[in-house]
Amino acid sequence: MEFFEASLPFVLPIAYAFAMIAVFMTLCAYAVLAERKVSGWIQGRIGPNRTRIPIIGHIPILGNFLTGLGIFQPAADGLKFLFKEEITPGHVKVGYYYLAPLIALAPALTTMAVLPFGRYVDAEGIAQPLILANIDLGMLFILAVSSLSVYGIVLGGWASNSKYPFMGGIRASAQMISYELAMGLSLLPVFMWAASPGSEYGMSLFGVVQAQQGPWLALWQPLSALIFLISLFAETNRLPFDMAESETDLVGGFHTEYGSFKFGIFFVAEYAHVIMGSGIFVLLFLGGWNFLPWYADPWSDGLIGTLLSVGWFMAKVFFMIFFFIWIRWTLPRFRYDQVMSLGWKILLPLAVGNLVFNALIIALYDHFTR
Amino acid sequence: MAKTKVIERKPLTFAEKTFIPQIVGGLKTTFGAMLKKPITLQYPEERPKIPDHYRGVPTLVKDPNGREKCVSCQLCEFVCPPKAIRIIPGEIDAEEDPDRAHVEKAPKEFDINMLRCIYCGLCEEVCPEEAIFLQDIFSTSGYSREEMINNKEKLYELGGTLPDQHYKWDKKKDAEEKGNPHH
Repeated sequence: MEFFEASLPFVLPIAYAFAMIAVFMTLCAYAVLAERKVSGWIQGRIGPNRTRIPIIGHIPILGNFLTGLGIFQPAADGLKFLFKEEITPGHVKVGYYYLAPLIALAPALTTMAVLPFGRYVDAEGIAQPLILANIDLGMLFILAVSSLSVYGIVLGGWASNSKYPFMGGIRASAQMISYELAMGLSLLPVFMWAASPGSEYGMSLFGVVQAQQGPWLALWQPLSALIFLISLFAETNRLPFDMAESETDLVGGFHTEYGSFKFGIFFVAEYAHVIMGSGIFVLLFLGGWNFLPWYADPWSDGLIGTLLSVGWFMAKVFFMIFFFIWIRWTLPRFRYDQVMSLGWKILLPLAVGNLVFNALIIALYDHFTR
Repeated sequence: MAKTKVIERKPLTFAEKTFIPQIVGGLKTTFGAMLKKPITLQYPEERPKIPDHYRGVPTLVKDPNGREKCVSCQLCEFVCPPKAIRIIPGEIDAEEDPDRAHVEKAPKEFDINMLRCIYCGLCEEVCPEEAIFLQDIFSTSGYSREEMINNKEKLYELGGTLPDQHYKWDKKKDAEEKGNPHH
């Protein structure tokens, strides 16, 4: 018993981490399902509605309903990736070839650690974030780690040792570098407003959410929100920015030479990034788990309030995931040079201008109110 | 000389230059498409409505009295462009059908190779007895080449009976009973 209690501080974080990974991976699987279903609906199709598992799938009405929604489809998709023949083409650079999918997935799973997803009220009545690691520089950590995921794509493109993946990798890296700048600069005004000097939260994401008790930052900083959103689409390689894949001109881009579970990991990594991106956008601009603008916290202090805050946060994240899919079927893919000119000639100057403008406003505000 | 009319283009407004109103319009369109009823059919359970005179799988039909209409004249075999039809003519069994025996022939074997058939409908067009029809079956499958050759039983099973406008044998019977200058 004593040993059990003594081991708790070491065991609990690991248990939490595993629980979070389990939830996150399930979310990824269902994001894939959502993608397939919503794509179907937008195109006038029905989407996956056949996969049925025994017992649950055969409950009279509920079973048919769940099957029609495709609830069991992710299991079939995952098993398909597992059971397919594992092919390694003869011309690849083997070590790096195996490494690339892991490098693509790892950053998304790492950034998950600093993503707050709800709040609880502790014994002293102070709101605390539900988070694996509440570090002061949460956003900086996310920016630093998530940009590593481009290495997975570049490595995949290079290790495949064939033309199209290589071009996909080059495009992805160029795009990532271009949009990383605009993304970082668009975030600075957010933290200039949310994390003013002397704020107790520093640059943590929790502080940004707490600062949105009144108006959400999307209402307050629409330009930042727009630039960040566009950069987010570019960083997650989603349409209209899926330069790395562009299946019409590059076959499949960086994952052309990948099959079976290695492709599966790339696939999951894409959705992991979409979910992470949605989460970050919700935290930064859509008020996190705050209920509505100017009506932040109707949740009660107890466990139910905590669960409600998590649920509301997740609802917003699901909306953002839906938005990602929605945009995919609305906008056609940019040409490579258009991507570059949008990034360097429009978004970057806009972000710089936005930063200077906000800095001036804050300076004037400080000057006249003091 | 053709006159060219120069249409003046209005310069884009600021809102149009940002493309944001257009993107919002596009989002509305796609969302509207999402709310519409899917046009997909749940294929094996729901079948599309096949219009009349569709050229599906060729089949042999019987007349309303259950008699074979095909007299194995082999015109369809002759006209078939991909040579998918193969007929071996035979006699009609005198005991079973004494009226028709020794008057007409019937196919002993009638094979249509569905791997060769191009669904052109020339066999239906050429048949003097209206015995072969391309009906509404549009998908066939099999595990071997042999399975894809429709034999006589299969063809009659697929064809069934179609409404017959001529009643050839009834007319013959009438003529026999009431007298007819041509017979």
